[in-house]
Amino acid sequence: MAANDIVVSAIGVHKEYRMGSEVVHALDGIDLDIRRGEYLSLMGPSGSGKSTLFNMVGALDQPTKGDVFIEGENMAQLTMEQLAWIRCNRMGYIFQSFNLLIVMTALENVTLPMIFAGLSPKQREERGKELLSIVGLGDRWSHRPTELSGGQQQRVAIARALANDPDIVLADEPTANLDTKTGREIINLLKELNESQNVTVVSATHDLKMLDVSDRVVYIRDGKVEQIRDRDEIDIHVGSLAGEHE
Amino acid sequence: MEQQAQSDSAIRSQIRLPFSEAVRISFQSLKIRFWRSIITTLGILFGIAFLVAVISGNTIEAAVQADETQTVDSLAQEAEPTIPPHQVWLVIMSLIVCVVGISNAMLMSVTERFREIGTMKCLGALDRFVVLLFLLESSLQGLAGAIAGSIVGTLFALLVNLRAAGWSLWRVFYQFPWFTDVNGAPLGVAPVILLGCLVGMALAVVGAAGPAFRAAKMPPVEAMRVEV
Repeated sequence: MAANDIVVSAIGVHKEYRMGSEVVHALDGIDLDIRRGEYLSLMGPSGSGKSTLFNMVGALDQPTKGDVFIEGENMAQLTMEQLAWIRCNRMGYIFQSFNLLIVMTALENVTLPMIFAGLSPKQREERGKELLSIVGLGDRWSHRPTELSGGQQQRVAIARALANDPDIVLADEPTANLDTKTGREIINLLKELNESQNVTVVSATHDLKMLDVSDRVVYIRDGKVEQIRDRDEIDIHVGSLAGEHE
Repeated sequence: MEQQAQSDSAIRSQIRLPFSEAVRISFQSLKIRFWRSIITTLGILFGIAFLVAVISGNTIEAAVQADETQTVDSLAQEAEPTIPPHQVWLVIMSLIVCVVGISNAMLMSVTERFREIGTMKCLGALDRFVVLLFLLESSLQGLAGAIAGSIVGTLFALLVNLRAAGWSLWRVFYQFPWFTDVNGAPLGVAPVILLGCLVGMALAVVGAAGPAFRAAKMPPVEAMRVEV
């Protein structure tokens, strides 16, 4: 596969945490390529290391051993400024607890990464409102997070993740704090954006609803890749998977 | 979208936060956490009010005494505008209380916002943006608290002297120690107010700097993981 088709590449990634005198191996030699434009789900029980892996491929954390390449750049060799630039321009993050800044309106939340990227106020407002209408909140741009429902807050977070037209959107348990119906809406929205904006989506989850929309599912267990399944395989196995993970 | 398109894959380290935006964000942040900000500001206000009241109190008292004694004999020079030793202790104590109070308030305000800091760093904020935002917030609070504190302190000093010296205090108004005290030292009421403002702002910034630097240095994920 051409190098250009790989957005993120993890090679032999290990991550160790020190808990007191004990060393915890959160990741134990992970190899993973994330293809451009795909919808990839990282699945696994709590403590499997999926969040740790999520942080590695999202340039939020450095591996203890092994390398992570984002767009061909080795994360370990970048300065703080370059990492910040990558987070600002190449990555979009969506979190379980939305993580909107409560002091700002929806529009201000969405435009904050654009300030860092150096857009003018006019460009910011235009693009911010456009993004908010894409996620279905065009008329609520002046509301603060406290005035929005969980699903709406997550939509603002999705708009914010798309602010600087990223290559890859990382969603960490985006539906964990939402009810089933709202969770489904958020998943569908992510899938829509994945297709219409051609943005790569990586989501760490144990929400089985995600399986329907994922192009590939990576199962993580005990810090290792247990198996990788393509979409057509998943469809066949959904029944047994649901049983396995409940 | 198009305007953001990068011509190549070279990573450019151009992340910025214009100062005007930083001021706007800090101001907004203070406005929305109004009561929280008021409590921090009150801490600064009381500390500075105490400091200013002690220094100005002496200056005004000396001026009153000078005025009274002038009419009796030439003992004017015995009126001591310099701060007596026990009051030096008071000033030092008030400064310590001020620093501890402000540091504590800032430490809390930074700690309860770790998640916010982590989020901002995920969005591409550099450590120095976080520091800048917190220092701006604290200096705005420091300035507001110090100005109010200086005025309250001066009024307090006037009232205390008014009570002690009776209406004779008003007689000194035509030679009120605005800029210098009776000995010509620059300890008049106006310079002391200015001093109070500077000290208040400096203390607020010093108090906030530690927690702000510590918070800014945290990796984004860790900052968000902290449960407060």
